[in-house]
Amino acid sequence: MLKVEVYRYNPETDKTPYMKTYEVDTEGKDLMVLDVLEMLKAKDASLSFRRSCREGVCGSDGVNISGKNGLACITPLSSCVKNNKLVLRPLPGLPVIRDLVIDMSQFYAQYRKIEPFLQNDTPAPAIERLQSPEDRAKLDGLYECILCACCSTSCPSFWWNPDKFVGPAGLLQAYRFLADSRDSANEKRLNGLSDPFSVFRCHGIQNCVSVCPKGLNPTRAIGHIRNMLLHSAT
Amino acid sequence: MVTTATSFGRNGVADWIIQRFTALVLASYTLFWVAFFFITPEINYTIWQELFSQLWMRIFTLLALLSIAAHGWIGLWGVVTDYLTTRMMGSTGLVLRMLVLGIYAIVTIAYLVWGIEILWGAK
Repeated sequence: MLKVEVYRYNPETDKTPYMKTYEVDTEGKDLMVLDVLEMLKAKDASLSFRRSCREGVCGSDGVNISGKNGLACITPLSSCVKNNKLVLRPLPGLPVIRDLVIDMSQFYAQYRKIEPFLQNDTPAPAIERLQSPEDRAKLDGLYECILCACCSTSCPSFWWNPDKFVGPAGLLQAYRFLADSRDSANEKRLNGLSDPFSVFRCHGIQNCVSVCPKGLNPTRAIGHIRNMLLHSAT
Repeated sequence: MVTTATSFGRNGVADWIIQRFTALVLASYTLFWVAFFFITPEINYTIWQELFSQLWMRIFTLLALLSIAAHGWIGLWGVVTDYLTTRMMGSTGLVLRMLVLGIYAIVTIAYLVWGIEILWGAK
């Protein structure tokens, strides 16, 4: 039997959060963490967590799995169970609504701040804005982000200043538009990022890189933004 | 855009460049002293006096003093705006932050003035 410790908190009935231990029979199979959560839900209907696609595409089930942020649906037990124990907590740094469900408003507010949409003042061509294969290739490793918040909630700079530091997820997307040959708002975008917090709170510890379930590298993108800021300032 | 009155350069890019530049100055000043102690067999008052009577050494030392002041301010500002924030502590955060930065400013300015006096005041 697998021991599963789960963070429980219902603000309507609990004064403080607590850890509840469950036992689950995995029949020796290397299940995904989400499968275990579903088994727990069948046992205890009061347990709350987010989920949707169950294949690492929607980004709903980001949780802290035995100390490391990840998507429950694509994290096999073999990679996170130690001494027959699995510990599940909500993503750290953001307010908990209930159990494993967090309030992501602050995360989305930062995403909104970087204006994550194509901006181009030149007249739109009849069919579409074309891009060379080379320019298109610059967006690889950037557009794949699913906004699961595993990276930003693993970043101490985001924990301390979630209202001022954009965070790795937001900055990866900021660079995705800065690097896009079809976007012409670079100057405005860079102006909005040049303060001491938005980008420069990143100290390059790469927690974001180590947890990203899609294997993306926000630290590298932040480095590119920093270089662009330096070039535009000199 | 976030405005920050107590940030050194009032701008993330300026702070970042100043932090790197002053780090280089401090690293080279440290290396200079390590090398100096290593290659000088005996250090006495005459050698010391001769070294500091040269203009380049005074300017180098002044640059190092200014670099410590700026580097320390940016670094400490980064630390206190992480851990002593109004968001987490209310107005206590602001008071503590100003207190820490105020003490740093007084100590640093005192050392800076004293350092300049030592460098150019000695006969």
